[in-house]
Amino acid sequence: MSAAGADPDDIPLFAASRKVYPQSVSGPFRRAKWLILFLCLGIYYLLPFLRWDRGPYLPNQAVLADIANNRFYFFFIEIWPQEVYYFTGLLILASFILFLMNAVAGRVWCGYLCPQTVWTDLFLAVERVFEGDRRERMRRDAEPWGFDTLWRKGAKHAVWLVIAWWTGGAWVLYFADAPTLVRELATFTAPLSAYVWIAILTFTTYALAGIMREQVCKYMCPWPRIQAALTDDEALNVTYRYDRGEPRVSVKQAAKLRAEGAPAGDCIDCFQCAAVCPTGIDIRDGAQVDCIQCGLCIDACDNVMTKIGRPTRLIAYDTEGNIQRRLAGLAAIYRLVRLRTLAYAALIVIVGGAMLWQLATRSTAAISVLHERSPLFVTLSDGSIRNAYAVRLLNKRPEHRPFALTVSGLPGIRIESVGVAPSADLRPVVTVDPDSSREVRVLVTVPAGVPLSPSQAITITASDLFAGETVRADDHFMAPGGQL
Amino acid sequence: MDQKHDAPQVDAVTGYSTTGHEWDGIRELNAPLPRWWLGVFYACILWSIGYWIVYPAWPLLTDTTKGVIGYASRSEISVEMAQLKAQRAAQATGMADATPAQIKADPTLFQIAMAQGKAAFGDNCAACHGVGGVGAKGYPNLNDDDWLWGGSPAAIQQTIRHGIRVAGDNDTRVSQMPAFGRDGVLKREETVAVASHVRELAGLPTEPKADLVLGRKVFADNCAACHGAAGKGNQELGAPNLTDAISLYGMDMASLTETIANSRNGVMPGWAGRLDETTIKALTVYVHSLGGGQ
Repeated sequence: MSAAGADPDDIPLFAASRKVYPQSVSGPFRRAKWLILFLCLGIYYLLPFLRWDRGPYLPNQAVLADIANNRFYFFFIEIWPQEVYYFTGLLILASFILFLMNAVAGRVWCGYLCPQTVWTDLFLAVERVFEGDRRERMRRDAEPWGFDTLWRKGAKHAVWLVIAWWTGGAWVLYFADAPTLVRELATFTAPLSAYVWIAILTFTTYALAGIMREQVCKYMCPWPRIQAALTDDEALNVTYRYDRGEPRVSVKQAAKLRAEGAPAGDCIDCFQCAAVCPTGIDIRDGAQVDCIQCGLCIDACDNVMTKIGRPTRLIAYDTEGNIQRRLAGLAAIYRLVRLRTLAYAALIVIVGGAMLWQLATRSTAAISVLHERSPLFVTLSDGSIRNAYAVRLLNKRPEHRPFALTVSGLPGIRIESVGVAPSADLRPVVTVDPDSSREVRVLVTVPAGVPLSPSQAITITASDLFAGETVRADDHFMAPGGQL
Repeated sequence: MDQKHDAPQVDAVTGYSTTGHEWDGIRELNAPLPRWWLGVFYACILWSIGYWIVYPAWPLLTDTTKGVIGYASRSEISVEMAQLKAQRAAQATGMADATPAQIKADPTLFQIAMAQGKAAFGDNCAACHGVGGVGAKGYPNLNDDDWLWGGSPAAIQQTIRHGIRVAGDNDTRVSQMPAFGRDGVLKREETVAVASHVRELAGLPTEPKADLVLGRKVFADNCAACHGAAGKGNQELGAPNLTDAISLYGMDMASLTETIANSRNGVMPGWAGRLDETTIKALTVYVHSLGGGQ
């Protein structure tokens, strides 16, 4: 920082980033973070290998983004490109869940669930294995590097790269049959794009989780800025309870002061909360944008408080309002159920419910009809009028499905399809392959003598001969006579 | 806006120093970015220089710099077009060995033939027959079920190959209706009378003063040989059916008398030498599938 009175043009607008050496800590929050880490990484690395039987015509991978065939599979759900709105719904749902988490307990996402946090935690653990804890790492970096430091750093980076490579490797498995792709990758016969994507994700994982770490949260991520605007007085946040902690005095001094009946805070200024912080801040400075609220400072402070025989949770999930109430001699109030949280919960239920309802009631067949424009109509030799349509039938089931086409809306109207054999009752039966669509040219004829205006409404219906599902589309039948 | 330079001071609330910039009493805090952020900015500039060297970048007077790897989106297209042609060649062998009927029975071949036929029709046939074979006066509508020379796949293929009235092609379709008026075979009143009779055959109203007796006699003497006594036509001779709801040149009296007096001798080129057999086969399947195929 520039001192007052310096030349304005000489102010440094950039500063060297200070390396953070987070200390290891144990406690319930640390244990919760380990549990979430193993759960999240376990799902990420193993999910592509989970199988899901979809019959002989579709891939049997539980989660698969089949880009080449324009399909996305998620267990019992199969998404076609035109159903991409499910992803929109999912994103809306995700943001409301994020808002609700924030309204209840601050940056739960940042502290426990964000991939940046999870992978950084893993990389820090590897660093600790090779280079030791906070003090040892700081000592190593401060003194000239000997052989011991060199091989330890080398080994750390090697393990980091292996984890990063595995991260990229798992990523590509979501886009192809996982066992096949693993075999191809091992024999160097996989498509080039697989190797390129593994390389890209190896680099980003290594750089973000190994090198950048808290810098990503501080300078690159937009969520802290949005979160700061979304939070309110009632949201729980990792808070230093300065009503209990101040004034900061040593253990001995505190005992002396208390014996005299003078006020003494519980904070002994041991800086353990700052030492364990993965973003290198001091929680006692109050709520701040750089705090990811992982709760590790709570564990660190609780350990110290237990040792000195004072009550734990000097740092805890609390609100600024409660600190003020306690200072004024009032009881703390926790209002987790309030208009804001109820509204977010209601929105989650509404959006989630709408998506579920849509998913449960969606049709596994669809029809779209396009009237042939050249010619609009044809007069046949017996005087009857014929219109042609391009009819596309969608079959979203993993089996062949025969659809019988019928037409209604005019007396004597009949339907036939080019290249499609009719059934015994003269309905053209279009068989659509499993999980695909088929377009056929359909001819609709109205006999001579039926009075026709230039345009009249008709309905084309496709009925699944086996399952009985029926889809219909409205269109128009064109005829000569007057202006269209 | 009034901007002033002050000596920087430390802001009491945040503990940040100010930059010394001031606008109407509002001062700017200096929260310094990490230096690596600046490094990323310079790295992007270096990257762009590398990009200029590797890829086409700078506009010159009549050209652009080419870049060392010689990338051009045009060459990517050429590669894709070559792949497409190779793919089509493989499909073409399947088409070459199949008859139009076999193609129609095979869904894959049928799809290829329809796509190829539609494209070839647009390039070669639509100028006269219209987009989608819609037809016009003198140019048959290929969607209907009325065929001068037959609507079977074999007949359609023959017509496409050898055309109509192509000079010097022995296999071409030829019908020569005489120009009854111009050549002096029929007198004016006979021409008008037989035109009225043709309308009578087609079930169309005739004028009260029309001499239908004369018309019937003239028709039997001059027209029935090709068009048949009832005017039903003959595809062997290319003689149109005069009684159906479709006509190529119009069934009003003016059009009919002109047809009888001067004859109509529409010409269609033969495509055997211009299009390869596979394309002709695809066109056959396409035209046959427009709706009138027999």
